[in-house]
Amino acid sequence: MDGTGEPGGLRIRAAPSPPFIYPQHGRLKVKTTEKQAEAKRVEREQKLKLYREATEAIFQKRQEGHLDESVLELTSQILGANPDFATMWNCRREVLMHLETQKSPEEFATLVAAELGFLESCLRVNPKSYGTWHHRCWLLGRLPEPNWTRELELCAKFLEADERNFHCWDYRRFVAQKAAVPPAEELAFTDSLITRNFSNYSSWHYRSCLLPKLQPLPDSQPPGRLPEDILLRELELVQNAFFTDPNDQSAWFYHRWLLGRADPKDAIRCLLVSRNEACLTVCFSRPIIVSPGIETLMLFVDKSPLPVEWRTPDGRNRPNYVWLCDLPTDFFNGQSPQHSFSLMWGEVQKECVLYKGLKESWCQDSATDEQLFRMELSMEKSTVLQSELESCKELQDLEPDNKWCLLTIILLMRALDPLVYEKDTLKYFQALKVADPMRASYLDDLRSKFLMENYILKMEYADVRVLDLSYKDLTLLCHLDQLLLVTHLNLSHNLLRSLPPALAMLRCLEVLQADGNAIESVEGVVNLPRLQELSLCDNRLQHPLALQTLASCPKLSLLSLECNPLCQLEAAPEELRAMLPGVDRILT
Amino acid sequence: MADKLPSEFDVIVIGTGLPESIIAAACSRSGQSVLHVDSRSYYGGNWAGFNFSGLLSWIKEYQEESDVGEEWAAWQELILETEEAIVLRKKDQTVQHVEVICYVRQDSDDPIEKAGAVQKNPVSVMSPGLNDPLDTVDTSCSDTSELPAPHNEPETALEVLEVEVTLEKENQHGYTSCSQSALERDIAEHVPIMEDVANAPKKHWITYSQIVKEGRKFNIDLTSKLLYSRGLLIDLLIKSNVSRYAEFKNVTRILGYQEGNVLQVPCSRADVFNSKKLTMVEKRMLMKFLTFCLDYEQHPDEYKAYEQSTFSEYLKTQKLTPNLRHFVLHSIAMTSETSSNTLDGLRETRNFLQCLGRYGNTPFLFPLYGQGEMPQCFCRMCAVFGGTYCLNHAVQCLVVDKESGKCKAIIDHFGQRISAKYFVVEDSYLSEKTCSNVTYRQISRAVLITDGSILNADSDQHISILTVPPVEPGSAAVRVIELCSSTMTCMKGTYLVHLTCMSLKKTAREDLELVVQKLFTPYAEVELENGEQEKPSLLWALYFNMRDSSGINRDSYNNLPSNMYVCSGPDCFLGNEHAVKQAKTFFQHILPNEEFCPPLPNPEDIVFDGDGVQPEVLVPKPDTAKEVTGQRNPEEHAQE
Repeated sequence: MDGTGEPGGLRIRAAPSPPFIYPQHGRLKVKTTEKQAEAKRVEREQKLKLYREATEAIFQKRQEGHLDESVLELTSQILGANPDFATMWNCRREVLMHLETQKSPEEFATLVAAELGFLESCLRVNPKSYGTWHHRCWLLGRLPEPNWTRELELCAKFLEADERNFHCWDYRRFVAQKAAVPPAEELAFTDSLITRNFSNYSSWHYRSCLLPKLQPLPDSQPPGRLPEDILLRELELVQNAFFTDPNDQSAWFYHRWLLGRADPKDAIRCLLVSRNEACLTVCFSRPIIVSPGIETLMLFVDKSPLPVEWRTPDGRNRPNYVWLCDLPTDFFNGQSPQHSFSLMWGEVQKECVLYKGLKESWCQDSATDEQLFRMELSMEKSTVLQSELESCKELQDLEPDNKWCLLTIILLMRALDPLVYEKDTLKYFQALKVADPMRASYLDDLRSKFLMENYILKMEYADVRVLDLSYKDLTLLCHLDQLLLVTHLNLSHNLLRSLPPALAMLRCLEVLQADGNAIESVEGVVNLPRLQELSLCDNRLQHPLALQTLASCPKLSLLSLECNPLCQLEAAPEELRAMLPGVDRILT
Repeated sequence: MADKLPSEFDVIVIGTGLPESIIAAACSRSGQSVLHVDSRSYYGGNWAGFNFSGLLSWIKEYQEESDVGEEWAAWQELILETEEAIVLRKKDQTVQHVEVICYVRQDSDDPIEKAGAVQKNPVSVMSPGLNDPLDTVDTSCSDTSELPAPHNEPETALEVLEVEVTLEKENQHGYTSCSQSALERDIAEHVPIMEDVANAPKKHWITYSQIVKEGRKFNIDLTSKLLYSRGLLIDLLIKSNVSRYAEFKNVTRILGYQEGNVLQVPCSRADVFNSKKLTMVEKRMLMKFLTFCLDYEQHPDEYKAYEQSTFSEYLKTQKLTPNLRHFVLHSIAMTSETSSNTLDGLRETRNFLQCLGRYGNTPFLFPLYGQGEMPQCFCRMCAVFGGTYCLNHAVQCLVVDKESGKCKAIIDHFGQRISAKYFVVEDSYLSEKTCSNVTYRQISRAVLITDGSILNADSDQHISILTVPPVEPGSAAVRVIELCSSTMTCMKGTYLVHLTCMSLKKTAREDLELVVQKLFTPYAEVELENGEQEKPSLLWALYFNMRDSSGINRDSYNNLPSNMYVCSGPDCFLGNEHAVKQAKTFFQHILPNEEFCPPLPNPEDIVFDGDGVQPEVLVPKPDTAKEVTGQRNPEEHAQE
């Protein structure tokens, strides 16, 4: 510009003559907006032209198989402007793979260095480009001696600029894993970012991945549980976050993870043999599909394997907790005083003996013993949970309307003792619904779930097969797999809208009362072998057709349908009798 | 004088303080021809910053009862009969009670050599203790006057000389647009600095000659302020793109002083989260209160009943623990315990909070090389747009037309008469005659060089602001700003500490010494005791009072022509809001239809009309030594 070799051009110095901008004439003027707009338009047009030409040239060369450096050059022009053009990255990969076979290792190393530099410049333009990060992963993964330290520094730099760039977090996890960075170091890194801004899901999440790896856990410890000292430290950290800002979700989610526990081990929860129906019913700890190649079951009767056909209670053979099989009918006619049944599911095995003279026999895990319903919250020492509950209550005093706090209190109470805290829990549900009206229905469902859990526990303590859930404001039925043995179920006067397909799991059900709900469909009342009485008074059954599935229940003899819309239909009684010939009495 | 100044300008600005410099820049930016003069040899007036030797010269100037020089009366001949003169003041009287106390050894480089020579210990000679200030005033003054550039350091002396010569040359041209400090830095870079400090063992005694030798590392501001990150000055810097001439650092810590302890005040969300001192409930209560303050006007019910009470009374109703109340009152709102009402407190708290997070976890920015850079940046912008600069250029008088009552011209110390349409004059230039009805407040200032931070932490490079509440009834709250060496205001291993308060007693030292004693230990005692010190030690201290001419009504000045505007010197407050407001008001009087410092045009959008030769360079694109250090505007800076 001034040719003196000074950096930058203009030097402001004492300059008596002439001032470089004349105040009188030659004064700075700014182009008019039309001029600006026109200039912009022309510029854009030129850019577009260049872009199109380069794109065409690349496709041409690719088609002709010219995978040389010129393609790298052309794609870099395109990707420099638009790093999300995935085909261009693919093209580059093809070229690089091709050149790797052509070039000497030294030459190729130069290419790789240039590629890494190019990628970094792309990231500076758009630090959240999937294509760019992916290409970097691909490239680093192929290098014989990748420089992981430099990659970690790169991540730190980009996370400094935006601590919530999850693209970069992904890449960092990739690098840390490849470079075998000790978990403690990565944990310290997340510390530093949380210190800067704790509203950072990525950082908290990374902690949840790192903490279990921090030190080898003793074998006796249930998987996924943290040593108590670490747990207490983390709880304190996360408490700091939610006391500082109780509306920040990331901290609450981490808190929930801390108090959560891993998925339960696979188990056969219940094995039920019924003489009359010549049927064996199994309840698993998770929904499975029994089918060759997916899950195989081996049934041994009196120590010898018995091939059987497995199906689900509703006959659809979709993933289900409950599977059953028919036993050969001649089987029970034999002289043997008793039969032993043994079922193997992978490593898991359960046995059950049907003694002479008994109609049925079962072997069931107790929900109480296994603390099944605390699955979502840990079995940490109650002192830890108790102190967490105290601090949450303290916070709740300060922030009575904070939904996260209320929800956490409920969860903690359930983890501590669902029955002792039942009343309190329901009270907090009330407050929570007021605080978070947007999620009222979700909360109703959650409350229903917790209530059902409590009544299942109570039923177990009482050691009965009768469950009364009437007048509970239930909106949802759940844990029906736990009710395999129930004979009498009262669901009357709740807020149910259907009897869901899962109800078909209640294989022992004889009497079902569901009066005073808002039931429109009863598709779950299907294939129930022992169902005799069904009461559906005062519901929203519109048409006899809604009751079609009842025909699959062989023993159904009493059906009460008073006060349903279908009672208004003149033809209804006739249609029902025609549809359900086996039912003795249909009250409409 | 080789080059005579043009005899006509649109605007003449006298004084290079911040408001004058902003007006000069704004007028120049709007196409006015601007003459900007200062009778001093440096930019900034009472807003200036100096390196150590520069500060010593400044001190000397105010301590010497030098006579004004012979009265040059020839200008009277230049005044016509229809005109009268407003004579300007010859000697600045805005600074008084200048006192210097040197706590470090002054006579030797080598502490061990003279360790036993207690007699020679300067502190024991001139300041037997801090407890007897009256006795030491004279001693310290006379002592200081004997502190020229040390003779045992010829190299340093040479440097000083060189700078002075260079400046002299610049000033003789009569036109200089280059900032003095930038120039000096240029030179400093070429002079090898002896690195004995770096090579010395970790614990070493700092001597006076070391401070002098590294004097160039200091940039000591006469006025200690910070920039609110959403304040008017930042807005102006960004809008006008003047920010390109400066670089900033975020203040890193807000400190509080409670029961004799210096504590870090958690003020941002991250601070509260990380604080180990607060209980969980305190964290919640503090966050809750601060969140409320952010939009307090939306919740009038919460404070309506307390509008008449003091802010500190109101805080007591807010479930805040005494600790938190103290922090909010003194360190966040920075308001008085006794005199600020609830609304003031809430407004100040909100202002503080709104500034948080823009560039970092505190609301404040500090310009590298000191606050003294700020006026210079605007002067540079003025020069870029054609403004003419003269330092060392005294103005004898303003010439007023008797009939119209308007100011027509100035007569400078060369006897040149220069006319203009508008005149902007800084208050300190006005004579007693003009100011006879004005009553001024005083600001008390102290500048300390210390060897450690008032609150040690993980890093020794913190920039901290601390408000010390009144230490006794009848004293003022003292604002303490501690600068680390990476702010480019002091040498490595030292801190530069600025104390500011409203003057209530006779001298600055009386106002501030109690606080200094609470925070620091004199260096000599450390040497003698040689034990572990909790407080950092004081190496060198300067006290002075500065006149506060803010908030003076235009009508208080006698016979001000309507086209003359009087700018105030620095005020006592932390921010620069007053200066920017004043500059904007005056600018809008002068050019009612022009935008105030509009953004610079995009280089591509500039076209030249007129017939002149295309100037060599179209766009102001300064590159001085400062530019090379990596200029970034604060926005970019914050992204790092």
